Amino acid sequence: MFTKMKITLMAMMATILANPVLAEEAMGFDAKVNAAFAKVTGPFVGFIFAPLPFEVGGVSFPWIVMWLVVAATVFTFYFGFVQFRFFKHAIHLVRGDYSDPNDAGEVSHFQALATALSGTVGLGNIAGVAVAVGIGGPGATFWMILAGLMGMASKFTECTLGVKYRNEYPDGTVSGGPMYYITKGFNELNLPGGKILAVLFAVFCILGALGGGNMFQANQAHAQISGIVGEYPGWITGLVFAGVVFAVIVGGIKSIANVTEKIVPLMGILYVGAALIILLVNYDKIGWAFGQIFAGAFTGLGVAGGFVGALIQGLKRAAFSNEAGVGSAAIAHSAVKTKEPITEGFVSLLEPLIDTVVVCTMTALVITISQQLIVDPVTGNYALNEAGDAIATVGGVGGVALTSAAFGASISWFPYILAIAVVLFAFSTMISWSYYGLKAWTFLFGESAKSELTFKVIFCVFIVIGAAASLTPVIDFSDAAIFAMAVVNILALYFLMKLVKKELISYADRLESGEIKKFVE
Amino acid sequence: MTVKLVVGLDGAETGSRALAFAKELGGRIDDCELIAIYVIEWSPFSFQTAEENAKRHKRREEELETATTRIVDPAVAELKAAGFKARGIVQHGDVAETLNKLTVSNGASQIIVGRTSDSGIAKRIFGSATQNLVMHADVPVTVVG
Repeated sequence: MFTKMKITLMAMMATILANPVLAEEAMGFDAKVNAAFAKVTGPFVGFIFAPLPFEVGGVSFPWIVMWLVVAATVFTFYFGFVQFRFFKHAIHLVRGDYSDPNDAGEVSHFQALATALSGTVGLGNIAGVAVAVGIGGPGATFWMILAGLMGMASKFTECTLGVKYRNEYPDGTVSGGPMYYITKGFNELNLPGGKILAVLFAVFCILGALGGGNMFQANQAHAQISGIVGEYPGWITGLVFAGVVFAVIVGGIKSIANVTEKIVPLMGILYVGAALIILLVNYDKIGWAFGQIFAGAFTGLGVAGGFVGALIQGLKRAAFSNEAGVGSAAIAHSAVKTKEPITEGFVSLLEPLIDTVVVCTMTALVITISQQLIVDPVTGNYALNEAGDAIATVGGVGGVALTSAAFGASISWFPYILAIAVVLFAFSTMISWSYYGLKAWTFLFGESAKSELTFKVIFCVFIVIGAAASLTPVIDFSDAAIFAMAVVNILALYFLMKLVKKELISYADRLESGEIKKFVE
Repeated sequence: MTVKLVVGLDGAETGSRALAFAKELGGRIDDCELIAIYVIEWSPFSFQTAEENAKRHKRREEELETATTRIVDPAVAELKAAGFKARGIVQHGDVAETLNKLTVSNGASQIIVGRTSDSGIAKRIFGSATQNLVMHADVPVTVVG
């Protein structure tokens, strides 16, 4: 599989390098990158999004969406609705009520959660939601929220395992994630194939890091910037981004990352705050918007594919945004200091809640309320665009541009803030995913400085490709790569979930009996 | 009964002044133990990158080691040389809160600190660690100018 990836990569590079860049007209270069990229990734994308052999409601249904939803449902029931039963406990854990004061200075629950969130809250919440609502209509929001709530159980499962089976090295650094828990967990249960699954996961994780964690981010950041300053070739944005990311991950210029890590949470608060203000100003339309969401969830209100279309879009974008079941969060959460791995599982279940149920819903409500989606006055249904694959919008835009227009309709200057937020979100997500990808890479090729540098350089090259390619092939490849991680991860989780159950029962008993106590009252 | 006094160190000149004052004060008490404490400013609610998290444990050990060998151990040695019963503690946390907590848990009856060495905007907004300590401490605090 890796050889295949290397060949793919080399083919892609060769296509790009074969073009005499200077002789080409700038936009022509973008178009070539785009065509080459779409061609190379086509079969992989086709496999991941292959429809189920039967139709649902007259619409073909991608098996991968079913795979994620079934998993989240299974985990929800298997752990007895852990996301609701231990919700309050999760809040206490994040507040540090159960943290030993002698561990002060170690990674706290809050920090692990915040780090994982900075990898997920980002373009998925801004651009991804716009894509979902733009294609699936407001009804997609309902399915997105549902997927977010169920996804909390998937996240709980993988993050508990991430901490339980992480590697702790003699120098005190840690490495964790699905590749480690798959290998160790399968060994513990005497199951065969652990190593193969772990390697497969690591390969997909590298692709996911290059796709959703990198190209999609670069692509949408470029869309946002060019939307404000005017059209210019994507590879220019790509080069700038690649330069900055390179400075951080290779050059070790921590100050850039540090500044971003501090600004990103502020941006998140600003974003939700602006959404809340828009909702408050339009409070009379909130009831109507929820009406659209519910009606759309079950009828589709004329969107392509009807209500199943809305459902597919909602579930897909929720998974892409909160990454529940994908396994990436398990890498981020595994650095926490705790004697009870399951506590990090509880904390991690807040992630889909914040990411999807709160932030994504805000975006969806603002898009709906701002009435950027064109309604056919005769039928009351949404009007489709000329291609018939998405809802027609006021400015004929999709993705992050739709979100921007929606916010701009109420707060005229907000698109500028949003542009800054998008760039920063994109940047912090790239930094997070460069780490996830790196962990997968070093799992495969060892933790030498040379192998780390190789990955980091590849990562930066993909930023340029991502910014230059057009939205559709990038979004398809990004989705496909991230969902491919979920294929392997969830399969492994089914085998390993009994280990989590054991932890859950033991912990719940000790919590009940008072053996596990708060350090602060 | 042994009277315990806490000296808050900050690795700077202000800490040394606090230490000198503590020696002077301790010298007037028959049975006195001096506890030299250095708090490494840290918050469980700060934001870090995944890579920083992965290396945090190692970094923490290094921070403890540096603070112990460079700041606390020399202070304790200085106190012992002056004939005091003395020991040192290094811990991460909010400076004022942690100093107070450690003072109480070690049964000390007074905290001696140097006047603040913070400066700038942060101090204007949040107050200095010394100000916070004076306002919230459970035992008397002596601020050495």
